Amino acid sequence: MSDQTIDKQEFNITVYTENQIGLLNRIAIIFTRRKINIESLNTSPSEIERIHRFNIVINESEEVVRKLCRQIEKQVEVLKVYYHTNEDVIWQELALYKVSTDVIAEKVSVERLLRENGARVVVLRKDYTVFETTGHREETDNLISILQPYGLIEFVRSARVAIIKDSEGFNSKLREFERLEPGEDVIENEYLNQGEKVFSM
Amino acid sequence: MEVAQEVLTAPAVKETVEVSGSVALLEALIVEGVDTIFGYPGGAIMPIYDALYDYKEKLNHILVRHEQGGIHAGQGYARTSGKVGVVFATSGPGATNLVTGLADAQIDSTPLVCITGQVFAHLLGTDAFQETDVINITTPVTKWNYQVTDANEIPEVIAKAFYIAKSGRPGPVLIDITKNAQIQKFDYKGYTKCNHIRSYRPKPIVRQQYIEEAAALINQAKKPFVLWGQGVILGSAEQEFKAFIEKSGIPSAWTILGAGAIPTDHPLNVGMLGMHGNYGPNVLTNDCDVLIAIGMRFDDRVTGRLDKYAKQAKVIHLDIDPAEIDKNVKTTVPVWGDCKETLPLLTELVDKKEHTEWLQLFNDYTQKEVDAVIHKELNPTSGEMTMGEVIKQLNELTNGNAVIVTDVGQHQMVACRYAKLNKTRSNITSGGLGTMGFALPAAIGAKFGAQERDVVAIIGDGGFQMTLQELGTIMQTGINVKIIILNNRFLGMVRQWQELFNERRYSFVDIQSPDFVMVAKGYGIEGKCINERAELVDALKTMMDHKGSYLLEVMVTKENNVFPMVPQGCSVSEIRLK
Repeated sequence: MSDQTIDKQEFNITVYTENQIGLLNRIAIIFTRRKINIESLNTSPSEIERIHRFNIVINESEEVVRKLCRQIEKQVEVLKVYYHTNEDVIWQELALYKVSTDVIAEKVSVERLLRENGARVVVLRKDYTVFETTGHREETDNLISILQPYGLIEFVRSARVAIIKDSEGFNSKLREFERLEPGEDVIENEYLNQGEKVFSM
Repeated sequence: MEVAQEVLTAPAVKETVEVSGSVALLEALIVEGVDTIFGYPGGAIMPIYDALYDYKEKLNHILVRHEQGGIHAGQGYARTSGKVGVVFATSGPGATNLVTGLADAQIDSTPLVCITGQVFAHLLGTDAFQETDVINITTPVTKWNYQVTDANEIPEVIAKAFYIAKSGRPGPVLIDITKNAQIQKFDYKGYTKCNHIRSYRPKPIVRQQYIEEAAALINQAKKPFVLWGQGVILGSAEQEFKAFIEKSGIPSAWTILGAGAIPTDHPLNVGMLGMHGNYGPNVLTNDCDVLIAIGMRFDDRVTGRLDKYAKQAKVIHLDIDPAEIDKNVKTTVPVWGDCKETLPLLTELVDKKEHTEWLQLFNDYTQKEVDAVIHKELNPTSGEMTMGEVIKQLNELTNGNAVIVTDVGQHQMVACRYAKLNKTRSNITSGGLGTMGFALPAAIGAKFGAQERDVVAIIGDGGFQMTLQELGTIMQTGINVKIIILNNRFLGMVRQWQELFNERRYSFVDIQSPDFVMVAKGYGIEGKCINERAELVDALKTMMDHKGSYLLEVMVTKENNVFPMVPQGCSVSEIRLK
């Protein structure tokens, strides 16, 4: 087990799907069947009507991730699957922090807090205030530790969303799915196209 | 595996007619060419059965004795006919009883459309009587599933179900229809077959580049070796496969599900792969220089220890399912695509050759196996009969023309090793899941799928007791299935492992059996039990000549082991002859 952990790293799996009841389960069980934990999962409508985009983060070796992607792409209602390392994507998580307005007004330099953490106020009420930040895990974690001493009432963090750095033509590829017969490169399995790169001897 | 060019639309219904969801379902089945349904009624599927009452002439519904029997029969039907097997079951326990068959069909790529009844839509999630979450239970074991809650969806969903079940790599589809949707009347506009789903690509695009790379490797090879699997049969590519190996002259071995794609006695057919496969194919896997896998998935029972599997060879893998490429064995050249399309392209580019010396090596190994194992299995000198000699005598009578349906265990390995198969779609067995109890119901279905052929079920004393209630289905339908029980009074395969690996600690394998002949008599099925070799040939003849079903119980040696054997965790080249 331990020798396998060496080449494990975070991978961002991007899945384009039909918006269909039960598909979330069909995708999730591909991971759970192999006892792989999903670290983060976001699913939301893409820029194309009726096509949804999943962002799934897991900690695994590339070989395992590639096999998982093929299993996901095999599902009838999945259009396309990609995977990327953290270096290949720009990713963000959104976090909300609820604190008592009284305490904050009294004890914290709100202005400094907002400036240093790139936070903004979403709601300002007499009884509580809600801040919002976006960023990597460490950044959103950082604001928790700052606010914790001042009576953090509630905290929530979203799943990760990621934009792929090398995604030239992504949107137009996706648009092709709206046609009855999309072009070859669109429908072919991404990782099968890489020839030598993937199928090394 | 679309079998023939089919008309894609039903005779267009010009005006809409008002029909119930149930009627729309049955109309859909007729357009899809369904002639046989295996099923069992119950509360939540009653509206469909009520509609079926008026379709008795067009749809032959076979009332089984248990839903598991129904789905295995559907599998047997699909495997012999090449068509989609159709199964009906009610909600709750009816549906959960399908799960084993779904898992079996999923792992063995058998096209099925299962229709389950479900409680009224407004009762979903209320723990209503016979309500169970069938969609979620069956998701891991279906290629696709869907719950219908509105009759308007039925024509389109059923069209998708058939398209998905039979296209690409086939598999089971389950459609769960709530009772209200079965009853609901809606404006029926006719039925259009499905031939496209935008998110679903049944066949990857064939790439000439890989065909050329594969051909170059094959042409340079000194010791090429072909492994073929069920993909050849599912793709109806038997002729294309035969043409390929005959031109390239490559020795070829089969996985258990690939058996029969070319005749047993074809000179290039060197035998069976895997744990209880033949000696040569296993040993020489680790000696060949180019391994050509065609429509097979490198199951662990075929490969043995993976890190010692064909490491010296370059691997060419032809498969319709891209997820199979590199899944277990790293491929040098992936030739993804339907092998009915890729094989002729490859045949075109390979040189005509004969690998005489290399083929001779396989024959030498065969001789060693004959001397060490096969001869004494087929021609025993001791008083007790062996499973092998029963199969040998059966071969004499059938000439290899019968459909052989096997259950799971020692008898399955022996039957697959020794049965003579002249035709494709002749070997029906539970390969991937290893489902005991498969054979009897699958044989019934196999006969319905190929009524002109003889169907012989070969079953162990353990497996027979798992689904023997299906004798009732034989009784009621009058279907003609020959049943051979090879009775060694043990759960033989587990006993063999306990003998070899657990110091003969025979833990709960000494199964007792009823008088099978009496049981069969109770169902009005003729039968006989034999103990003596002298009776064997006549008894088999009587069975084959009998009009209608017949059960022959053959008492065989109690503690016989199936050899050769690749012990678990060992390399294929460490195969043991004793």
